[in-house]
Amino acid sequence: MSNTTYEPDETVDARGATCPGPLMDLIGKVKESDPGTVIELRTSDSGSKTDVPEWLDEAGHDLLGIEDAEDGSEWDIYVEVT
Amino acid sequence: MPHEIIVVGGGTGGTVLANRLADRLDTEIADGAVHLTLLSDDPQHVYKPVFLYVPFGEKTVADASRPLRDLVDDRIDVVVDRLTAVDTDEKRLTLRDRPDWTYDQLVLATGASLAPDEVPGLEAGAHHFYGPEGATALRDELATFTEGHLVLSVVGVPHMCPAAPVEFVLMVDDWLRERGRREDVDLTYTYPIQRAHGLQPVADWASAQFETRDIALETFVNVEAVDPDAQTVETMEGAEFDYDLLVAIPPHAGSDVVSEAGLGEDGWVDVDKHTLEATAAEDVYAIGDVADVPTSKAGSVAHFEAGPVADRIASRARGETPTASYDGKTVCFLEAGTDAATFIEFGYGDEPTIRPASKMLHWAKLGYNESYWLTARGLL
Repeated sequence: MSNTTYEPDETVDARGATCPGPLMDLIGKVKESDPGTVIELRTSDSGSKTDVPEWLDEAGHDLLGIEDAEDGSEWDIYVEVT
Repeated sequence: MPHEIIVVGGGTGGTVLANRLADRLDTEIADGAVHLTLLSDDPQHVYKPVFLYVPFGEKTVADASRPLRDLVDDRIDVVVDRLTAVDTDEKRLTLRDRPDWTYDQLVLATGASLAPDEVPGLEAGAHHFYGPEGATALRDELATFTEGHLVLSVVGVPHMCPAAPVEFVLMVDDWLRERGRREDVDLTYTYPIQRAHGLQPVADWASAQFETRDIALETFVNVEAVDPDAQTVETMEGAEFDYDLLVAIPPHAGSDVVSEAGLGEDGWVDVDKHTLEATAAEDVYAIGDVADVPTSKAGSVAHFEAGPVADRIASRARGETPTASYDGKTVCFLEAGTDAATFIEFGYGDEPTIRPASKMLHWAKLGYNESYWLTARGLL
């Protein structure tokens, strides 16, 4: 687990999934979440670092931060639903 | 008591696997040391890729279906019933119509089902070609569709046969041109992420095809709701678009039995991607669409998973240590219209290469669809 400054309300563990799995898992969680919900997306797909921020920008939700996890082969992406 | 092997699901994965097991365990079955059962809730075996051709009048729903018993080796006990619960601690199955069963080794090959009700208005407002009724209704609608806006929207990801949405839109483009209707029809393809397909090479290939053929590509389209009366679609990204004919790839669902048995979230079985063994229970495997592996939900995947899983189960039935492994092999033909196709082949971690589309590959795809019945028998 990473030492994060964010306190997620929900965690989506998409590690092991390849594109578009992590982004689609996140979109599914956003769809069922109320505004203000903070979601942590755990991913091992490096493409998530670009496609998640692009979608958040398109859909109008906030990217709180992206943190390296493990040895740089996994990432935790923090999102706030608006 | 014989060693009980139960395969649940009479689709591509379950049928190929059961036939492979009958061959590998021929002696043990003959001696009564092993008993092999294929359990399915449908007495018919359905080859779903045929449905892509039904809207264009090139195939019929009947072409997709044959009696399961005709495709299965005589050494296999075929039982038509529905699995309603799995107790992996007691190794017990609960069925709809029969008393409980126990197993020594279990394979779940129960596939994926359509869940259009996850999106308000989708069932009433959209057509699809992922089942017999949907494909037939779409055929009838297309037959009289002469002008307007036809939208192919990929709503649910992951979905069965990931190439099919791209294929459909390229086929309908050709089909409309052949009938002199294309000038009066606007075609749009939508996809939930930032490109036309999850696989980058397929996305690049499809985007180039769309541009050449005047097919509009809209990305980051995640359908929130459909209004069947107004014929409009609302997206999670805040956009709205009109349609005259909406063809949607509905959301897909796994199996409640899987979730309730604690074998995986959202109805997909959590497995080791190489052994296809469930991570949450011993002596339970999953293959085909219900298995959560990082590749496509495609018939070829179920087919290629069946071989190593049959080897592993046969080894265990003999008291040996299994060593066979699945490498993610996936093969998909892609129709590029009504008379040309290409294909892709890849494994875990590989980027597929798209070959130039040709008439020969189109005929190869149609030929494979005919010879599929040999695949189901475990012969190809």
